[in-house]
Amino acid sequence: MTDERNRHLLGRSLPVAGVGALILVLAAFPLVFTNPTATNFGIITLVFVTVASAWNLFSGFSGYLSLGHAVFYGTGAYFLVVAAKDWNLNGSAVFWLLPLAGAVAALIAVPLGLVALRVRRHTFVVITIAFFFIAQLSASNLSVTGGSSGALAPIPNWASATYNNPFYYVALLLAAATVVLSVLVRRSRFGLQLRAIRDDEDRAAGLGVRTMPVKLTALVLSAFITGMAGALWVYFIGQAVPQFVFDPLFDLAVVLMAFFGGLGTIAGPVLGALVLEPTQLYLNLQETNGYTSEILFGALFLAVILFLPRGVLPTAAEYASSEWARKLALRVRSRRGRTDPADGEGSAAAPVGSEAAGTTR
Amino acid sequence: MTATLRAEGVSKAFGGLQALSDCSLTAEAGRITGLIGPNGSGKTTLFNAITGYERIDAGQVFLGDRRITGASPQRVFACGIGRTFQLTRIFPRLTVLENMLVPARRGRSSRQHRERAMELLAFTGINGHAGAPAGTLSFGQRKLLELAYVLVADPAVVLLDEPAGGVNPSLILHIADRIRELNKAGRTFLIVEHNMDFVMGLCHQVTVLDSGTVVASGPPDAVRNNPRVLDAYLGIEADDD
Amino acid sequence: MASEISQAIAAGILGGCVYALMAAGLTLIFGVLDIINVAQGILVVLGAYLSYVLSVHLHLDLLLGLFITVPAMFVIGVAIYWLFIRPLRGAERTSMTLLACFAVGLIIEGVLYREFGSNYVSLTTWYTTATVHIFDFYLADIYLIGFGLAVVAIGVLYLILYRTTFGRAVRATMQNQVAARLIGIDVNRVSALTFGIGTAVTAIGGMVYGAISGGFTPNSGYDLISRLLAIVILAGMGSIGGALVAAVFMTTVEAVVDIWQPDWSVAVFYLAMVIILTFRPTGLFGRRAARAQ
Repeated sequence: MTDERNRHLLGRSLPVAGVGALILVLAAFPLVFTNPTATNFGIITLVFVTVASAWNLFSGFSGYLSLGHAVFYGTGAYFLVVAAKDWNLNGSAVFWLLPLAGAVAALIAVPLGLVALRVRRHTFVVITIAFFFIAQLSASNLSVTGGSSGALAPIPNWASATYNNPFYYVALLLAAATVVLSVLVRRSRFGLQLRAIRDDEDRAAGLGVRTMPVKLTALVLSAFITGMAGALWVYFIGQAVPQFVFDPLFDLAVVLMAFFGGLGTIAGPVLGALVLEPTQLYLNLQETNGYTSEILFGALFLAVILFLPRGVLPTAAEYASSEWARKLALRVRSRRGRTDPADGEGSAAAPVGSEAAGTTR
Repeated sequence: MTATLRAEGVSKAFGGLQALSDCSLTAEAGRITGLIGPNGSGKTTLFNAITGYERIDAGQVFLGDRRITGASPQRVFACGIGRTFQLTRIFPRLTVLENMLVPARRGRSSRQHRERAMELLAFTGINGHAGAPAGTLSFGQRKLLELAYVLVADPAVVLLDEPAGGVNPSLILHIADRIRELNKAGRTFLIVEHNMDFVMGLCHQVTVLDSGTVVASGPPDAVRNNPRVLDAYLGIEADDD
Repeated sequence: MASEISQAIAAGILGGCVYALMAAGLTLIFGVLDIINVAQGILVVLGAYLSYVLSVHLHLDLLLGLFITVPAMFVIGVAIYWLFIRPLRGAERTSMTLLACFAVGLIIEGVLYREFGSNYVSLTTWYTTATVHIFDFYLADIYLIGFGLAVVAIGVLYLILYRTTFGRAVRATMQNQVAARLIGIDVNRVSALTFGIGTAVTAIGGMVYGAISGGFTPNSGYDLISRLLAIVILAGMGSIGGALVAAVFMTTVEAVVDIWQPDWSVAVFYLAMVIILTFRPTGLFGRRAARAQ
């Protein structure tokens, strides 16, 4: 049916074109909006795009909600700070520390995952919360991390007008790479197993899926990216202080973004971050009392959970496709003048049988 | 390449309730064996015990001459035993085809895996829904999907838990036909069912369970007329001793 | 040294009972509703602030104030359940309810910050600073009072659960929600009331915490919830008795460790939790992971 093939092609090329356009827009952004505040927003937003996508890669696909991803973020951040100081690095050279920071975060994800992934999902969330607090406690008390006053990142000697740009482009690169990785994972057998685990872990295990290695790998990947994001952010901000590096609001914001956009989808976290982060930053600028954003975030979260539980994108897609499917069915009906048996009404008759029944009217 | 599945002396208690006492059951290689009994007789528990979803208190389970007592569901699956569930357990958010691709590939390339998946979907008749989320399937279609995906891994022994339960008559015949075809190709079947016509018309051998014990075992006709079986189902008093 | 240790142990046991009460509330909510109420920490802080307002602005004695704060928190709990948790359904229900609790907690924290700022406040009356002389160390009166309150509250909880029809309904729902529904138990009502009870205990916990802690802010909720969660995980979800034991045990160990390493003493909670989880994922006394996700 050429109609279907055309629809299929359109369905595939449209998103690709859209994504290409988006990347171009994002790449041109700092050249158009040279105001440092704007690029500031851009960098932080892109960092959130990265972290939200990375979080979704693990939690969205596997169904294990992690409220402790700040651990990986913070580990990457502190590693960068400590390494930059110990190895006396500055300027662009520091960017090469990012993959290392990610690797360190990925490394600690292994023991964490081995402990945390053996329990049911309820308990898993709680354990991630506990790990979060352990990390915060450690950062506040250990001398290597500078204790509760934190540690400083090197400040590069770049021209103040374009100071933000290197950070921006690295952030953009990281965000794009994360999205690409998400796509690759989703299409792979690994991603399939992960999603099967999400739907029915025991059944998946019973069918030969090796659940622990699969979950752990996803966690490690997610941690790797989150660690890199944390390192980038701390380099940009200039210092790592335990309260801000390990901030429960950060975790919640990331989760909210993924939920808002659509948990388990690829574009969802991206959309969520692109919409919510600038909003939060803007609100923080307007309101002197920073706690309003807390209340608003909480309220927004509740609203999303109660009214848009699947997130914006899946709900919109469903609405659009059901509208679209209805119009198609109407057209088919009027053209052929009979009821289409494959109307999607979910009768319990055998498919073979019903097809036969339909044509012998 | 099929084998005989044998449970010997299996006992299982849940707290104070003795769900299974000293059950022995044989599903002979290449035959279709039925497992029937009133509600609460322990049929699903026996299934769970055999396939590793429940730990048993006593007894042994053998596949051929291999002891698989207490094996985890993964190991049971790896040994070549597939099973379906009474309340279908599919992956609702994955598409029908993706559901088929979840079971381990066992050395096939991904293309061969896909082709086999589509073959099996066609075999059971739901290939038209291959791209739809499995959650949108009707109950009967889900039963077919479950049947299809346990077959993906080529199990030697297939355990079906109420394959005809809640399914409309024309589909039941369809399912029975498919089972017969698969059996002719050499697969062993053990089927739990309530639908007497289905069981009697399909199975070579029938075992009856009542309150956790085996009360009868034999060809369908013999079992159908067995007074102990009637007693179990209808509460009719057996002849006085 | 010996007296320091015995003092720490005594304080630990007494304080532990208060934590036990709050953890019991958490476990109860989990057992009946299958929810981990991560807002429990901030609710305790809310209870503390309520006591604070009554004490400072209305000059009401702390203990008398409980007669107001406990029902108030009960109502708040029921409201939270009815408005934000009851409507949640679907496959992701467990995650959603947890996140909903998190969000509610965040809102409460934000409101508290707006109302009270981030300064430390504490509850003080004549008996918060008075001490009693036992053996060779001093024990703050408030610890004994807190202990007494906790014991009474836990006793009342026990009576409710095991001696009333309502309590029977609660225990039935804990064991099997579907069956409970089938025999006519209004599971929604039971859930709402249980959530209310689980929250009401935070009023008591809040008052004692506010007096013992030597100063709290809205941020204190995090510290509290992390301890409560560690207790409940260590004990195993759904075991109230286990929560009692775990709470007393951990608080005591922390108090003793605090003598040498005050910065890391709270790490005791986490360490214990991680160790237990590595070897027994369902906790010391927990039910085997039988619930579907």
